[in-house]
Amino acid sequence: MYVVAASKNNDSGRWMSVWSGLATGLLVLAAMVSLTSPSSAIPAFARKFGMPCSACHEAWPKLNNFGQVFKDNGYQMGNDRDSPISKDPSYWPVSFRITPHWHRENTDRVGTDQVPTGQSVTTHGFDLSGLDILTGGTLSKNISFLLTPSADNTATFHFESAWVRFDNLLKSSWLNVKVGKFELDNLLSEKRILTLSANGGSYRAYHFRPQGGLPGSIGADLPSPLATGIGDNQIGFEVMGHSKNSYTRYSVAVVSATDGNVSLPTNRGYDTFLTFSQAFEAGGLGLQRVGAFAYVGMYPTYGLTSGGNFLPGTGVGNKMYSQLGFFGMWYLKKLDVTTMYTRSKESAYLATATPATAALPIGAHDPSWNGFLVETHYTVNPQFILINRFDTIRMSQQPLDSLTKDFGNLNALTFGYRWYPFMNSRDGFAIHNEYSRVSSKGISPTGNDSISSSVFLGFDFIF
Amino acid sequence: MARKAQRLSFVGVLIVAVASSLGAQEAHVGNLTGHADAGKKLYKRFCIGCHGERGDGVGDNAPFLEPKPRDFTAATFKCRSTLTGNLPTDEDLYKSVVRGFNTSAMPSWAPLTAQTKIDLVAYIKSFSPRWHDEKPADVLKIPTETPVTIESISHGGELFQKLECWKCHGQEGRGDGPSASTLTDSKDQPIRPYNFTGGGRFKCGAENEDLYRIFMTGVDGTPMPSFNDVIKPVDAWDLVHYLRTLQKTRKSRENEVLKAAGGKLLPPKPEEKKPEDPAKEPENKGAGNGRK
Repeated sequence: MYVVAASKNNDSGRWMSVWSGLATGLLVLAAMVSLTSPSSAIPAFARKFGMPCSACHEAWPKLNNFGQVFKDNGYQMGNDRDSPISKDPSYWPVSFRITPHWHRENTDRVGTDQVPTGQSVTTHGFDLSGLDILTGGTLSKNISFLLTPSADNTATFHFESAWVRFDNLLKSSWLNVKVGKFELDNLLSEKRILTLSANGGSYRAYHFRPQGGLPGSIGADLPSPLATGIGDNQIGFEVMGHSKNSYTRYSVAVVSATDGNVSLPTNRGYDTFLTFSQAFEAGGLGLQRVGAFAYVGMYPTYGLTSGGNFLPGTGVGNKMYSQLGFFGMWYLKKLDVTTMYTRSKESAYLATATPATAALPIGAHDPSWNGFLVETHYTVNPQFILINRFDTIRMSQQPLDSLTKDFGNLNALTFGYRWYPFMNSRDGFAIHNEYSRVSSKGISPTGNDSISSSVFLGFDFIF
Repeated sequence: MARKAQRLSFVGVLIVAVASSLGAQEAHVGNLTGHADAGKKLYKRFCIGCHGERGDGVGDNAPFLEPKPRDFTAATFKCRSTLTGNLPTDEDLYKSVVRGFNTSAMPSWAPLTAQTKIDLVAYIKSFSPRWHDEKPADVLKIPTETPVTIESISHGGELFQKLECWKCHGQEGRGDGPSASTLTDSKDQPIRPYNFTGGGRFKCGAENEDLYRIFMTGVDGTPMPSFNDVIKPVDAWDLVHYLRTLQKTRKSRENEVLKAAGGKLLPPKPEEKKPEDPAKEPENKGAGNGRK
């Protein structure tokens, strides 16, 4: 992900390596996003409680406030019918989600061996998403769980979620403790995102890293470069609380600084995530919500080696990165608009992949950037929703003086619709159509903007 | 030809009339006004799976539920502040939506906005013509609760025997009285009397006032009759106090008082005078009431 690009003084050979890295990175990113499907709606709950998807979801997988309360209560309705002992013994809380689809991906100005200065690269065809196997519910009253074995589209599995939660401790909804691998308490949830394409399937603000590091400087004594995202599931524990109707919510999570990867691949550090939100009713317009979050993390810049290779888990020389965000969810009857502002910063050591024991490159700074997001939904009815999102990132401080001010600035536009031909309490099916376009400032081989786009037509089903 | 046109126009007028009457259905709670046309869309989103498109309680999921979802076309409602056989108030329905029904599939819909809930209430009222045909009924007046004393609790215990509550609820309130296994509701579905010893929330509320209201108004559609014409308010409070002591695991003023008295009720007082009409049975009248 670290590339040298568009410095004011560069040469063509360097451009080639830069562009090869960038193109590879983009392809890997596209593959990662398209191959893993987000966890989300869980028809096992619909079957357990006999409710249509629309009871808990504005349009699955996006939760409404009733669904949010259900989730906050530890997948409990609170009517003394939550415990498995009150259910038919044959009930088995398992759901599957996968999305067969056709997609077209295009990236312009890709440096190839044939056209080193860049050419448009397009591919399209039928494909599969990853698979989520969602098992969740209650083990007993006020002890809930979620286990999500998840596979990419080659059926290579990992655990996307694996947690147990102790609900309503001290008989209070204000104290719940969750341990394991879980999604951070993002109300703008990337696991419930309504867009699925390679370019549109993630919130840019959660994953953006400044361009312009120095990939050549990563030595064997360095763990892999920082690659984390608030949208990624993390491993740790969370203390969370909410009012009975979840209008007021808070969450504090302490997680291993491994971006959710198992076996402690990098270091012994811990990250902290905090969030708070407050909702209020605005007459017939609906429920409005405002909130804020902060993520503070540490990541190693070097570590012990054996035979010249980095020894997993021995990373030291931690440097900090952080993100602060404010969001609002505004409902105007059928139209809802989510707005989010994020302010992010990270150490120049991380941005330039420099060991803490070494001197920073000349002209290096702690990079910082701002993110803005506006996502609009028009819920025509519970079975048809129109989606639009505009994501933008603006660098306010580049990691190196040699980079232009707007280098790496990003705009992403996504729009589409989801149509649910039927709605019942057994399963879910959506025909999903989406277009997404992302442009990044000045990172093409010629110093022009790089533009990539996705067209996606999917058949998203969950049972 | 003219006759056909006349018939068609009649059907058209009928459709418009039905549609407009449906759209005109409203519900009022405090400053809130609910509209059936808005509620219809919400009903489809939240309720249709159990209560069915026509509100008759036969949604896709109904066969798998116990107890069965409410049939709104019958307009028989368990939780009312009105006397037995009458329609509930809008506020009764609103509270039911907010509270949900314990030990049933009906959850609390408190997380929905107030406007959403009142719109749903308005739409629920469109399923039965009773809401158009009948005037609003009087609401049961609940007098101030009497002090919780061992005398009150003991007298409540006597009433529990005298009114034969034990026949369904059992002597210890476990819901296992001799009649319990034979009970059915107004839809001929088996129904279980409330088990007080579980300590769970009552279907129609959690407070003493709710318990008072439950047996004074009766639970329409079930064998639980109304006692409003049978006992005086002060006796009703005594019964409430006694019933609370059957919830042994629940912290309550009643259990504290009973414990302070050594856990024993006072012996029954000799009756001062005979009841006016000893042959009078507890009433259980009104449309849709269940059978004993």
